Amino acid sequence: MTAPVTPVPPGPAGSTAPPWALLAELTHACPLHCPYCSNPLELTRRSAELSTEEWTDVLRQAGELGVVHTHLSGGEPLLRPDLERIVAAAEAAGIYTQLVTSGTGLDEARLASLTAAGLRSVQLSVQHADPRAGDRIAGRPSSFAAKERAAALVRAAGLPLGLNVVLHRDNLDAVDALIELGVAWGADRVELANAQFYGWGLLNRAALLPTRDQLARARETVERRREHLAGRVDLVWVVPDYFEGVAKPCMGGWGAVSLTVAPDGTVLPCPAAASLPDLSPPTVRDRPLAWIWEHSAAFNRFRGTDWMTGPCGGCPRREEDFGGCRCQAFALTGDAARTDPACALSPDHRLVREPADAGRAVVPPPYVYRRPGAVPPAAPVRPARAADG
Amino acid sequence: MTPRTADRWCPALAPALLLRHDPVRGADLLVLPERVVVLQGHGGAVVGLCDGTRTVSGIVGELAERFPGAPVAATVPAFLDSLRQEGWLK
Repeated sequence: MTAPVTPVPPGPAGSTAPPWALLAELTHACPLHCPYCSNPLELTRRSAELSTEEWTDVLRQAGELGVVHTHLSGGEPLLRPDLERIVAAAEAAGIYTQLVTSGTGLDEARLASLTAAGLRSVQLSVQHADPRAGDRIAGRPSSFAAKERAAALVRAAGLPLGLNVVLHRDNLDAVDALIELGVAWGADRVELANAQFYGWGLLNRAALLPTRDQLARARETVERRREHLAGRVDLVWVVPDYFEGVAKPCMGGWGAVSLTVAPDGTVLPCPAAASLPDLSPPTVRDRPLAWIWEHSAAFNRFRGTDWMTGPCGGCPRREEDFGGCRCQAFALTGDAARTDPACALSPDHRLVREPADAGRAVVPPPYVYRRPGAVPPAAPVRPARAADG
Repeated sequence: MTPRTADRWCPALAPALLLRHDPVRGADLLVLPERVVVLQGHGGAVVGLCDGTRTVSGIVGELAERFPGAPVAATVPAFLDSLRQEGWLK
């Protein structure tokens, strides 16, 4: 995820600058089954979800804490029958709302009631420019058609429309057609985010990992189209960190810019952090959001630069990339405090370089689609072991 | 910006944008999809006058009364123009 804000100088020494943004995962239920889903492998049951009143209180607290932006996401947030009330609660708290949806279940009446509640913008996921390929990647028939209808409704309602595309082996060659789709559907912004490999994405890495050639062609296309579309459609390219030798500034720093509230009220520094086994993340059911942000061990664990190990410690880039992604460091090395292996300076860099440069099977393995029970909780995906040193 | 434009353009915030004061940070913000822009100095006061009814010349005149001695005639038209180029003002 890209940092949603213009950076501003940090607050006075010793104080924790307030968060700008909140990702509200309203539910993990979803009609789609994308194999790179950013939800954790262990999905939260619907019976454990926060109530309307609890979300209302979370958003009120978030506004008081300094949050100005929220992504109302999931799973599929439209599956919450109280979504209108949650939008209204965000609006009442002064928070700008962005609905992140698959488009399935959005009709004219629903959009009208959401807009009346104060919804400000919509982001629609798109899996491929070709309807059949899109439905195959999403694991749901007719999902592409639902997206096309949803895009038209959003435009007719006059709301800003963004398309969110996760790029991987199966759709990178269609990047030109995806951009064209964004233009045809009237999008203001198209986010082309190369797949990140933890959680579901790591489970499906052998199927999703592109080749360097594919990436080079896609990048060239994006740069060419960006020039043509300047001032009309904002094209955002989120870098494929396995291939760059440079770690991404994940979340703009741990506990620096934004927080994630999971469906059951667990509060995380990023949506993937549920994968860290010893984080003991706090929950809004036990603690005020301000305490969680400022004082919880989970949010202070990797805040700033003091925790850094290995090459990060003295690195001139440590304030730019914040050591990269903690969840990727854990997923690949078993130690969340190590330098992100995506960085060429990491002693574990081979853990991304080798798969990135390995030959690809002509026929990729089938997807493990994201659905409850796809990965038995008793047999979690084991992190690969790091090399010593 | 030509004097002619300054008399004819009545800037207004693009529909997707929200101008709000942020009491936590003591700052005026422009909020839009995926972005928050922190307005510096009197930027919030300037944008607050962009309601689609005032011309640029009118905005400059009001600000000159409100902030006597400030170089509004020299800076405000260029500031508004930069916001228009970002697509934030229509």
